[in-house]
Amino acid sequence: MPMRRLALLLLTLFLLGGCGYNTIQVKDEAVTAAWSEVVNQYQRRADLVPNLVNTVKGYAQHEEETLTKVIEARAAATKVTINPGDLSDEAKMKQFQAAQGELSGALSRLIAVSENYPNLKADELFKDLLAQLEGTENRIAVARNHYIGTVQEYNVFIRSFPQNLTAKMFGYSPKANFTVENEKAISTAPTVDFNKPAPPQPPKP
Amino acid sequence: MALALAGLCLVLCAWAADLQPIPPFGARVTDLTGTLDAQQKQTLSDELEALEKRKGSRMAVLIVPSTAPESIEQYSIRVTDSWLLARTDKHTQDGVLFTVAKDDHHVRIEVGRDLEGAITDVAASRIIREYVAPKFRANDYYGGIHDALDALIKLIDGEQLPAPLSDDRAQQKAPGFFDVLFIALLVTVGMRGALHGIPSLPRALLTGAIGAGIVWFLTSIVVAAAGMGVLGFLLGLFGGGGGGFASGGGFGGWGGGGLGGGGWSSGGGSFGGSSDSGGGGFSGGSGGGFAGGGASGSW
Repeated sequence: MPMRRLALLLLTLFLLGGCGYNTIQVKDEAVTAAWSEVVNQYQRRADLVPNLVNTVKGYAQHEEETLTKVIEARAAATKVTINPGDLSDEAKMKQFQAAQGELSGALSRLIAVSENYPNLKADELFKDLLAQLEGTENRIAVARNHYIGTVQEYNVFIRSFPQNLTAKMFGYSPKANFTVENEKAISTAPTVDFNKPAPPQPPKP
Repeated sequence: MALALAGLCLVLCAWAADLQPIPPFGARVTDLTGTLDAQQKQTLSDELEALEKRKGSRMAVLIVPSTAPESIEQYSIRVTDSWLLARTDKHTQDGVLFTVAKDDHHVRIEVGRDLEGAITDVAASRIIREYVAPKFRANDYYGGIHDALDALIKLIDGEQLPAPLSDDRAQQKAPGFFDVLFIALLVTVGMRGALHGIPSLPRALLTGAIGAGIVWFLTSIVVAAAGMGVLGFLLGLFGGGGGGFASGGGFGGWGGGGLGGGGWSSGGGSFGGSSDSGGGGFSGGSGGGFAGGGASGSW
């Protein structure tokens, strides 16, 4: 009788701890939290954009096209959202990344363009906005990094034995991670061409 | 010729792509470049120590020659992940790291999550632009750092933060301790029931050893393990009869036994902080707590 009770006890303990169900919960929740942080920081950037655009507009009316692109990219990026429940969806993740990447590209073009306007660059408000934008981009990088680490830990855990059985039983699938956005652009070395189109020669007298 | 040299340099750089090592955590001011003299270091770290006593916020200065191949942002967040700048309780993440990459001419103020409201990116960026960069340009590194710390300390002083922990270590709790205890107790009681056929002394020794083993394995707190051992021994010794869960006996010793205060507060055994209490030594604290807030600049 006591032997049987002991066996039962050990079995229950094993079932509770050994199959990793609780740990899956912990890791799953960690992924969700890390994802929320990523979204939070992207949102912070989206909130900065209108101010930035307005400030630049004050100095650089000729850059209408660049400014419009930023606004459009922002609108597109805020439309693509992923619920924590859909984090296993690779396609959605790609879409999200592409939309945010579009905004990153538009913003960096805007910054590049602003180099041409000394008055804009000297504007205190613009300097502050740039500092905020830089800070936010850095936060995004940190949040993404953290998300990548958390997802990796989660995926490794639910793919290892015996947790893979538990995961399968309760329907936990591996989460999608960030991928390098412009793989092609990175793998091809940039060409630096100093042969500028020759500046128009001053007319000879 | 120059081109060939540059090319060679690039190749060498690519080989040496190992990340910069992170210096050991221990002092408030860490200077790997020999820029500051001992007196200046002492002054700075005294100021920072006063800040920690007053507000509980932990700030550190790190001067390295270069952060290549990483950017200063990547390097600095890596340092904050391994240095213990957040408070031990992990609830208040009010650390600040001031990193200077001297040869790269880059400087960064890394701000912990809970100070992002007091030291905004804009404030940090202004401190770098207006206090640090002009002095660094004039080769006055101490002056620049000193002014920047003063400005940061003023910002932190204006912020409502939880009071500094009187003894950082006492706050450290071994997580899930009572779960462990519960499991150990269950198993021990079960063991006693299972082994009730054999003489009481070996049985007591066996249950005690198993209980102690479980606690030791799961918490590595010696005193607690010893306490559990004694408890298991008593359970094994006296709990003769039916072996039921509810049978009295052994449970009497539970509250006052070896499980009391002793083992508990020594729970910080795995703690990484240097306990060097002399000038500028850090103790306690925990890692992480930085989300990439702050600003970088160059001079």
